[in-house]
Amino acid sequence: MQFKNIFKFHGGVHPNGNKSLSTSLPIGRLPIPKKLVLPLRQHVGRVAKLKVKPGDQVLKGQIIAEADGNVSASIHAPTSGKVLKISEEILPHPSGLPDFCITIEPDFKDTWIEKKPISWKKLDRTELIEALSQSGIVGLGGAVFPTHMKLRINQSQPINTLVINAAECEPFITCDDMLMRERADEIIQGALIAQTILGAKECVVGIENNKIEACEALKKAAQKTAIEIKVVPTVYPSGDAKRLIYLLMGIEVPKEKRSMDLGIQVFNVATVAAIYRYLELGEPSISRVVTITGAVKAPQNYEALFGTPLSELIIAAGGSPNKTKKFIMGGPMMGFDLPSIHVPVTKAMNCVIESSPELFPAPKPVMPCIRCARCADACPVNLQPQELYWFSKSSQLEKAKDYNLFDCIECGCCTYVCPSNIPLVQFYRYAKSEIIAQEKSKEAANTARERNEFRLARIEREKKERAERHAQKALGANEKQADDEKKSTIAAAMERVKQNQQENIKT
Amino acid sequence: MITALLVMIFLAVLLGLILGYSAIKFKVDGDPMVARIDAILPQTQCGQCGYPGCKPYATAIAKGEADINQCPPGGDTGAKALAELMGVEFKPLNQEHGLQKPKSVALIDESTCIGCTLCIQACPVDAILGAAKQMHTIIASECTGCELCLPPCPVDCITMEPVLENSQSWKWKYPVYNIQNTTGA
Repeated sequence: MQFKNIFKFHGGVHPNGNKSLSTSLPIGRLPIPKKLVLPLRQHVGRVAKLKVKPGDQVLKGQIIAEADGNVSASIHAPTSGKVLKISEEILPHPSGLPDFCITIEPDFKDTWIEKKPISWKKLDRTELIEALSQSGIVGLGGAVFPTHMKLRINQSQPINTLVINAAECEPFITCDDMLMRERADEIIQGALIAQTILGAKECVVGIENNKIEACEALKKAAQKTAIEIKVVPTVYPSGDAKRLIYLLMGIEVPKEKRSMDLGIQVFNVATVAAIYRYLELGEPSISRVVTITGAVKAPQNYEALFGTPLSELIIAAGGSPNKTKKFIMGGPMMGFDLPSIHVPVTKAMNCVIESSPELFPAPKPVMPCIRCARCADACPVNLQPQELYWFSKSSQLEKAKDYNLFDCIECGCCTYVCPSNIPLVQFYRYAKSEIIAQEKSKEAANTARERNEFRLARIEREKKERAERHAQKALGANEKQADDEKKSTIAAAMERVKQNQQENIKT
Repeated sequence: MITALLVMIFLAVLLGLILGYSAIKFKVDGDPMVARIDAILPQTQCGQCGYPGCKPYATAIAKGEADINQCPPGGDTGAKALAELMGVEFKPLNQEHGLQKPKSVALIDESTCIGCTLCIQACPVDAILGAAKQMHTIIASECTGCELCLPPCPVDCITMEPVLENSQSWKWKYPVYNIQNTTGA
């Protein structure tokens, strides 16, 4: 296949796609489960503010937790029913730690709250962004950053290009692929809306050449529009936003800058489809397409309500024939093992893979690093993974930072090619979270220092003020009779004793 | 001979003037060493080192009066950082000053609190909220876990609660894996 105007980035790998496993069947619909568990934190930013209490009746699409501030997203009831409880439940997070969730018991009537489509063509940009801040839409590619924040633009740098990310480069994941095949119109309409809001001159869809049907569907839907569908070669990690920008435009987003600073904004296909559904149909973000694949009997994509227990999804996919019961969320390159099969479907959950010894054999024993630098050849960010490995392994965090550890996108290419089977990315994740924790505690220490200094200054000031008051009192007393003078000396002595006592307590 | 002498004298005077001027112009207020040591200390303000706070301890270290291993909240890592900064040999934490404990915050049992304000006066970072004969409470986000509020409390209603890991403060752990046995044994 010929690629026109494509700029190949450095590195990358070609893992076995395994995508056909889950593309033979259309997107299925799950029955409404017996309960829905909705975490309050499903997005990047501040946790949503609770709007319901146990026992409340809610309608489908009703806001049950509201966005708190700008960088936050609302959460809507995925179906009608009763709020059962608000409690800490285990989340689909590598930590396996619980966090606050709203549990809804559906009434199986699925009654919608009054849908309010927004005539977006009549509203101006700020009004639209304001409206979208209630939509609960976050980046559905996995980054879960509130979408309305990405539509804000600063005056100094207008957006020229809107990139729609349809690459879906991770093996096994097909949720975007299926969405494009079945709902290409929604995606194109959503892209046009996003383009209008951003005021972008052009809109490019970047799609990998392994998704032929999806590409055809998109091309058909985009026939009468100015949207360009650009096919990019299948190389992991082409779906990383900055890699995709390079592939499509040959522009490298510099370190510590966002693509927005260069006039480029990137949205995932599912995100723009959600924008379309919210504005045109009045449907907030209450469900998403999830791929359930791997060792399950019938791998397929499902439109699942947020909060659906993963166990229901597994049952729908024919159950798991093997006994390992290990499930990976995300792809095999960047995903993580789920702590339990009872975790809910969240906005970030694009794919669940049942692991089995045949698909993912146990990792081979780790051998020492021989500095072959294959990882450096594979790194799409042009880092020196072998150096980062040494510094992370020996906890030389400052050094690791100097070698641009924080530019690492944790794509796993280095781990994939390492002939010594070293879990390199795990070391980088460890080093990154250690550095972040240290910075946080440094910040806390600075606050404590400030507060302590303020307190000492305040005590000093109070002491001075008291001394002044006494001096003034003493002056007034002098003019009076000797009796009063005696009294004041006693009072002053008492005050001194008190002060001494207080000082004794303090020291 | 005379010319050489004159040149040397002229140079000496000129350099002296420059040095004298820069000594006044670029004078550094305070001891920068104290600030650098203070930046390493954890700012718990607990006084376990024997000084009434982190800054006094930093001053004492800078003067050479105190050792670098007297800070239990800083632990061995803190002592290491201080040793590196001061250019001295690392010493493990002197356990006479206390053991390094996991980070905790104070918690007031509000039903027992009598509102005596003694803990408020003891808190080095103003992290306790309350007034006379009113219930007190700890502002957990500001509490450094120094335990200074424990001894003054007449009803022993303050306990230290270790800060547990939650999904926000969770960290990726150091990777642990099997290595290949190459000896054949």
